Amino acid sequence: MPAFLAAIEVHLKPGALDPQGQAVGKGLRALGHAGVTDVRVGKHLRVRLEAADAAAARAEVERMCRELLANPVMETFSFDVVAAS
Amino acid sequence: MRAAVIVFPGSNCDVDAALAWEQTTGGTAERIWHETADLSGAEAIILPGGFAHGDYLRCGALCRFSPAMRAVVAAASRGVPVLGICNGFQILCESGLLPGALGRNQGLTFRCETVRIRVENTGTAWTGACRPGEVLSLPIAHGDGCYWLPAEELDALRVRGGVVFRYCDAGGRTGTGANPNGSADDIAGICNPAGNVVGLMPHPERAAEALLGGTDGAAILRSALRVLGVGATASG
Repeated sequence: MPAFLAAIEVHLKPGALDPQGQAVGKGLRALGHAGVTDVRVGKHLRVRLEAADAAAARAEVERMCRELLANPVMETFSFDVVAAS
Repeated sequence: MRAAVIVFPGSNCDVDAALAWEQTTGGTAERIWHETADLSGAEAIILPGGFAHGDYLRCGALCRFSPAMRAVVAAASRGVPVLGICNGFQILCESGLLPGALGRNQGLTFRCETVRIRVENTGTAWTGACRPGEVLSLPIAHGDGCYWLPAEELDALRVRGGVVFRYCDAGGRTGTGANPNGSADDIAGICNPAGNVVGLMPHPERAAEALLGGTDGAAILRSALRVLGVGATASG
Protein backbone atom coordinates (compact mmCIF):
# COMPACT_ATOMS: atom_id res chain seq x y z
CA MET A 1 0.00 0.00 0.00
CA PRO A 2 1.18 3.55 -0.68
CA ALA A 3 2.73 5.43 2.22
CA PHE A 4 1.64 8.88 3.31
CA LEU A 5 2.86 11.49 5.75
CA ALA A 6 0.31 13.58 7.63
CA ALA A 7 1.32 16.89 9.21
CA ILE A 8 -1.30 17.75 11.82
CA GLU A 9 -1.79 21.00 13.72
CA VAL A 10 -3.88 21.10 16.91
CA HIS A 11 -4.80 24.48 18.38
CA LEU A 12 -6.98 25.76 21.19
CA LYS A 13 -10.28 27.21 19.97
CA PRO A 14 -10.30 31.02 19.68
CA GLY A 15 -12.42 31.41 22.84
CA ALA A 16 -10.35 29.04 24.99
CA LEU A 17 -7.81 30.55 27.36
CA ASP A 18 -4.22 30.03 26.12
CA PRO A 19 -1.97 31.01 29.04
CA GLN A 20 1.08 29.54 27.26
CA GLY A 21 0.47 31.79 24.26
CA GLN A 22 0.03 34.80 26.52
CA ALA A 23 3.27 34.05 28.37
CA VAL A 24 5.22 33.60 25.13
CA GLY A 25 3.72 36.84 23.79
CA LYS A 26 4.84 38.67 26.91
CA GLY A 27 8.33 37.24 26.47
CA LEU A 28 8.52 38.34 22.85
CA ARG A 29 7.45 41.88 23.76
CA ALA A 30 10.00 41.91 26.58
CA LEU A 31 12.66 41.08 23.97
CA GLY A 32 11.68 44.19 22.06
CA HIS A 33 9.24 42.71 19.55
CA ALA A 34 6.80 45.47 20.34
CA GLY A 35 4.55 44.68 17.37
CA VAL A 36 3.50 41.27 18.71
CA THR A 37 -0.24 41.40 19.34
CA ASP A 38 -1.15 37.73 19.85
CA VAL A 39 0.51 34.31 20.24
CA ARG A 40 -1.28 30.96 20.29
CA VAL A 41 0.62 27.80 21.24
CA GLY A 42 -0.49 24.52 19.71
CA LYS A 43 0.76 21.04 18.89
CA HIS A 44 2.30 19.67 15.72
CA LEU A 45 2.09 15.93 15.05
CA ARG A 46 3.55 13.91 12.18
CA VAL A 47 1.88 10.60 11.44
CA ARG A 48 3.17 8.11 8.88
CA LEU A 49 0.51 5.76 7.57
CA GLU A 50 -0.29 3.40 4.71
CA ALA A 51 -3.58 3.73 2.85
CA ALA A 52 -5.14 2.74 -0.49
CA ASP A 53 -4.85 6.30 -1.84
CA ALA A 54 -4.56 9.92 -0.75
CA ALA A 55 -8.31 10.32 -0.21
CA ALA A 56 -8.40 7.27 2.07
CA ALA A 57 -5.38 8.57 3.98
CA ARG A 58 -7.05 11.96 4.47
CA ALA A 59 -10.25 10.36 5.69
CA GLU A 60 -8.35 8.25 8.20
CA VAL A 61 -6.31 11.19 9.52
CA GLU A 62 -9.54 13.18 9.92
CA ARG A 63 -10.93 10.34 12.06
CA MET A 64 -7.70 10.20 14.12
CA CYS A 65 -8.05 13.91 14.88
CA ARG A 66 -11.72 13.62 15.86
CA GLU A 67 -11.26 10.47 17.96
CA LEU A 68 -8.07 11.26 19.84
CA LEU A 69 -5.54 13.82 18.62
CA ALA A 70 -7.71 16.88 19.29
CA ASN A 71 -10.18 17.39 22.12
CA PRO A 72 -13.27 18.68 20.29
CA VAL A 73 -14.39 20.60 23.39
CA MET A 74 -11.56 23.11 23.29
CA GLU A 75 -9.33 22.34 20.32
CA THR A 76 -9.44 22.63 16.55
CA PHE A 77 -7.25 20.84 14.04
CA SER A 78 -6.00 21.07 10.48
CA PHE A 79 -3.71 18.79 8.48
CA ASP A 80 -1.90 18.17 5.22
CA VAL A 81 -1.33 14.71 3.77
CA VAL A 82 1.45 14.12 1.25
CA ALA A 83 2.79 10.98 -0.40
CA ALA A 84 5.79 9.71 1.58
CA SER A 85 8.87 8.61 -0.30
CA MET B 1 -19.37 -1.30 51.07
CA ARG B 2 -16.83 -2.21 48.42
CA ALA B 3 -15.10 0.46 46.35
CA ALA B 4 -12.80 -0.06 43.38
CA VAL B 5 -9.93 2.42 43.02
CA ILE B 6 -8.65 2.24 39.44
CA VAL B 7 -4.84 2.31 39.15
CA PHE B 8 -3.38 3.53 35.86
CA PRO B 9 0.34 3.66 35.11
CA GLY B 10 1.20 7.03 36.67
CA SER B 11 -1.63 7.15 39.22
CA ASN B 12 -0.20 8.28 42.57
CA CYS B 13 -3.15 8.97 44.87
CA ASP B 14 -4.66 5.48 44.71
CA VAL B 15 -3.38 4.31 48.10
CA ASP B 16 -4.56 7.50 49.79
CA ALA B 17 -7.98 7.20 48.15
CA ALA B 18 -8.37 3.55 49.20
CA LEU B 19 -7.32 4.28 52.79
CA ALA B 20 -9.57 7.33 53.05
CA TRP B 21 -12.52 5.32 51.71
CA GLU B 22 -11.97 2.56 54.26
CA GLN B 23 -11.47 4.94 57.18
CA THR B 24 -14.41 7.21 56.44
CA THR B 25 -16.98 4.66 55.28
CA GLY B 26 -15.95 1.54 57.19
CA GLY B 27 -16.07 -0.30 53.87
CA THR B 28 -13.32 -1.94 51.85
CA ALA B 29 -11.45 -0.58 48.88
CA GLU B 30 -9.65 -2.64 46.30
CA ARG B 31 -7.01 -1.13 44.03
CA ILE B 32 -7.73 -2.39 40.51
CA TRP B 33 -5.05 -2.34 37.78
CA HIS B 34 -6.28 -0.57 34.64
CA GLU B 35 -5.94 -3.68 32.48
CA THR B 36 -8.68 -5.38 34.48
CA ALA B 37 -12.00 -5.30 32.66
CA ASP B 38 -14.07 -6.83 35.45
CA LEU B 39 -15.42 -4.45 38.08
CA SER B 40 -18.16 -6.76 39.27
CA GLY B 41 -18.84 -6.34 42.94
CA ALA B 42 -17.65 -2.74 43.07
CA GLU B 43 -20.41 -0.66 44.63
CA ALA B 44 -18.53 2.59 44.10
CA ILE B 45 -15.62 3.53 41.84
CA ILE B 46 -12.89 6.11 42.43
CA LEU B 47 -10.55 7.40 39.72
CA PRO B 48 -7.60 8.73 41.73
CA GLY B 49 -5.20 11.59 41.11
CA GLY B 50 -1.82 11.33 39.45
CA PHE B 51 -0.43 11.47 35.94
CA ALA B 52 -2.13 8.53 34.23
CA HIS B 53 -0.28 7.34 31.13
CA GLY B 54 2.18 10.16 31.73
CA ASP B 55 -0.51 12.74 30.87
CA TYR B 56 0.80 12.31 27.30
CA LEU B 57 -1.07 14.14 24.50
CA ARG B 58 -3.51 15.67 27.03
CA CYS B 59 -4.16 14.94 30.71
CA GLY B 60 -6.36 11.84 30.92
CA ALA B 61 -6.65 11.44 27.14
CA LEU B 62 -5.15 7.95 26.84
CA CYS B 63 -7.06 6.34 29.72
CA ARG B 64 -10.18 5.52 27.79
CA PHE B 65 -8.22 2.79 26.00
CA SER B 66 -7.68 0.98 29.30
CA PRO B 67 -10.04 -2.02 29.68
CA ALA B 68 -11.01 -0.83 33.15
CA MET B 69 -12.42 2.41 31.71
CA ARG B 70 -14.88 0.49 29.52
CA ALA B 71 -16.11 -1.19 32.71
CA VAL B 72 -16.28 2.20 34.45
CA VAL B 73 -18.39 3.64 31.61
CA ALA B 74 -20.74 0.64 31.79
CA ALA B 75 -21.02 0.86 35.58
CA ALA B 76 -21.66 4.61 35.40
CA SER B 77 -24.54 4.04 32.99
CA ARG B 78 -26.10 1.66 35.54
CA GLY B 79 -25.95 4.34 38.24
CA VAL B 80 -22.92 3.17 40.20
CA PRO B 81 -21.36 6.16 42.04
CA VAL B 82 -18.14 7.22 40.28
CA LEU B 83 -15.82 9.87 41.72
CA GLY B 84 -12.94 11.36 39.73
CA ILE B 85 -10.39 13.29 41.77
CA CYS B 86 -7.94 15.70 40.04
CA ASN B 87 -6.42 13.54 37.27
CA GLY B 88 -9.51 11.35 37.72
CA PHE B 89 -11.67 14.40 36.86
CA GLN B 90 -9.60 14.96 33.72
CA ILE B 91 -10.07 11.27 32.81
CA LEU B 92 -13.87 11.54 33.24
CA CYS B 93 -13.98 14.53 30.89
CA GLU B 94 -11.72 12.91 28.30
CA SER B 95 -13.74 9.70 28.33
CA GLY B 96 -17.01 11.56 27.81
CA LEU B 97 -18.58 10.71 31.18
CA LEU B 98 -18.54 14.41 32.08
CA PRO B 99 -18.82 17.44 29.75
CA GLY B 100 -16.09 19.99 29.17
CA ALA B 101 -12.32 19.90 29.37
CA LEU B 102 -9.52 20.88 31.76
CA GLY B 103 -6.76 23.04 30.33
CA ARG B 104 -3.53 24.59 31.59
CA ASN B 105 -3.92 26.75 34.70
CA GLN B 106 -4.24 30.47 34.09
CA GLY B 107 -0.85 31.87 35.11
CA LEU B 108 0.81 28.56 34.11
CA THR B 109 1.79 27.72 37.68
CA PHE B 110 1.28 24.33 39.34
CA ARG B 111 -0.93 25.18 42.33
CA CYS B 112 -0.32 23.17 45.50
CA GLU B 113 -2.25 24.69 48.41
CA THR B 114 -5.45 24.47 50.42
CA VAL B 115 -8.48 26.06 48.80
CA ARG B 116 -12.12 26.48 49.77
CA ILE B 117 -14.99 25.23 47.71
CA ARG B 118 -18.73 25.80 48.10
CA VAL B 119 -21.16 22.92 47.71
CA GLU B 120 -23.62 23.97 44.99
CA ASN B 121 -25.59 20.76 44.54
CA THR B 122 -26.29 18.26 47.33
CA GLY B 123 -28.35 16.02 45.06
CA THR B 124 -25.39 14.01 43.74
CA ALA B 125 -24.08 10.64 44.86
CA TRP B 126 -21.00 12.36 46.31
CA THR B 127 -22.50 15.40 48.07
CA GLY B 128 -25.59 14.03 49.82
CA ALA B 129 -23.88 14.26 53.21
CA CYS B 130 -22.98 17.94 52.68
CA ARG B 131 -25.17 20.96 53.42
CA PRO B 132 -26.24 23.29 50.58
CA GLY B 133 -23.76 26.17 50.44
CA GLU B 134 -21.37 24.44 52.86
CA VAL B 135 -17.77 25.65 52.49
CA LEU B 136 -15.17 22.86 52.44
CA SER B 137 -11.44 23.34 52.93
CA LEU B 138 -9.53 20.94 50.65
CA PRO B 139 -6.04 20.68 49.16
CA ILE B 140 -5.36 21.07 45.45
CA ALA B 141 -2.24 20.03 43.53
CA HIS B 142 -2.54 20.50 39.78
CA GLY B 143 -1.16 22.27 36.73
CA ASP B 144 -4.11 21.59 34.42
CA GLY B 145 -7.28 22.39 36.32
CA CYS B 146 -8.76 25.23 34.30
CA TYR B 147 -12.27 23.99 33.53
CA TRP B 148 -13.65 25.13 30.20
CA LEU B 149 -16.84 24.67 28.20
CA PRO B 150 -18.20 26.71 25.26
CA ALA B 151 -20.53 29.43 26.62
CA GLU B 152 -23.81 27.87 25.50
CA GLU B 153 -22.87 24.46 26.98
CA LEU B 154 -21.81 26.16 30.21
CA ASP B 155 -25.29 27.68 30.44
CA ALA B 156 -26.83 24.24 29.93
CA LEU B 157 -24.57 22.78 32.64
CA ARG B 158 -25.65 25.49 35.11
CA VAL B 159 -29.33 25.13 34.29
CA ARG B 160 -29.37 21.38 34.94
CA GLY B 161 -27.54 21.77 38.26
CA GLY B 162 -24.36 20.24 36.89
CA VAL B 163 -22.07 22.60 38.84
CA VAL B 164 -21.36 20.74 42.10
CA PHE B 165 -18.51 22.81 43.60
CA ARG B 166 -17.22 26.38 43.11
CA TYR B 167 -13.99 27.90 44.39
CA CYS B 168 -14.82 30.52 47.01
CA ASP B 169 -13.34 32.50 49.89
CA ALA B 170 -13.68 31.69 53.60
CA GLY B 171 -17.06 33.39 53.66
CA GLY B 172 -18.34 31.28 50.78
CA ARG B 173 -18.18 34.16 48.28
CA THR B 174 -17.13 33.55 44.67
CA GLY B 175 -15.53 36.07 42.36
CA THR B 176 -13.20 37.38 45.05
CA GLY B 177 -9.93 36.03 43.63
CA ALA B 178 -10.24 32.60 45.23
CA ASN B 179 -10.26 30.78 41.88
CA PRO B 180 -6.76 29.20 41.71
CA ASN B 181 -6.67 28.18 38.03
CA GLY B 182 -8.94 30.40 35.95
CA SER B 183 -11.77 27.87 35.67
CA ALA B 184 -14.91 29.14 33.97
CA ASP B 185 -17.49 30.39 36.48
CA ASP B 186 -15.18 29.37 39.37
CA ILE B 187 -16.09 25.72 38.75
CA ALA B 188 -14.18 23.21 40.90
CA GLY B 189 -16.36 20.16 40.27
CA ILE B 190 -19.29 18.97 38.17
CA CYS B 191 -21.64 16.00 37.78
CA ASN B 192 -23.41 14.10 35.00
CA PRO B 193 -27.18 14.57 34.54
CA ALA B 194 -27.95 11.48 36.67
CA GLY B 195 -25.75 12.79 39.50
CA ASN B 196 -23.87 9.53 40.08
CA VAL B 197 -20.68 10.65 38.30
CA VAL B 198 -18.81 13.55 39.95
CA GLY B 199 -15.40 15.00 39.13
CA LEU B 200 -13.50 17.65 41.10
CA MET B 201 -9.97 19.05 41.13
CA PRO B 202 -9.49 19.28 44.94
CA HIS B 203 -8.47 16.16 46.87
CA PRO B 204 -11.06 14.99 49.45
CA GLU B 205 -8.97 11.90 50.20
CA ARG B 206 -6.13 14.12 51.45
CA ALA B 207 -8.42 15.81 53.96
CA ALA B 208 -10.26 12.88 55.50
CA GLU B 209 -8.59 12.65 58.91
CA ALA B 210 -7.57 15.25 61.48
CA LEU B 211 -3.96 14.03 61.50
CA LEU B 212 -3.63 15.20 57.89
CA GLY B 213 -4.85 18.68 58.73
CA GLY B 214 -8.53 18.49 57.88
CA THR B 215 -11.60 16.30 57.67
CA ASP B 216 -13.76 18.23 55.19
CA GLY B 217 -13.16 15.61 52.51
CA ALA B 218 -14.77 12.85 54.56
CA ALA B 219 -18.32 14.11 53.87
CA ILE B 220 -17.77 13.66 50.12
CA LEU B 221 -16.69 10.02 50.51
CA ARG B 222 -19.38 9.29 53.10
CA SER B 223 -22.05 10.67 50.76
CA ALA B 224 -21.78 7.56 48.58
CA LEU B 225 -23.04 5.45 51.49
CA ARG B 226 -26.48 7.07 51.17
CA VAL B 227 -26.71 5.99 47.55
CA LEU B 228 -25.41 2.51 48.32
CA GLY B 229 -28.13 2.23 50.90
CA VAL B 230 -30.62 1.98 48.04
CA GLY B 231 -28.65 -0.83 46.44
CA ALA B 232 -26.81 0.39 43.33
CA THR B 233 -24.14 -2.19 42.49
CA ALA B 234 -21.86 -2.88 39.58
CA SER B 235 -22.22 -6.21 37.87
CA GLY B 236 -19.59 -6.17 35.17
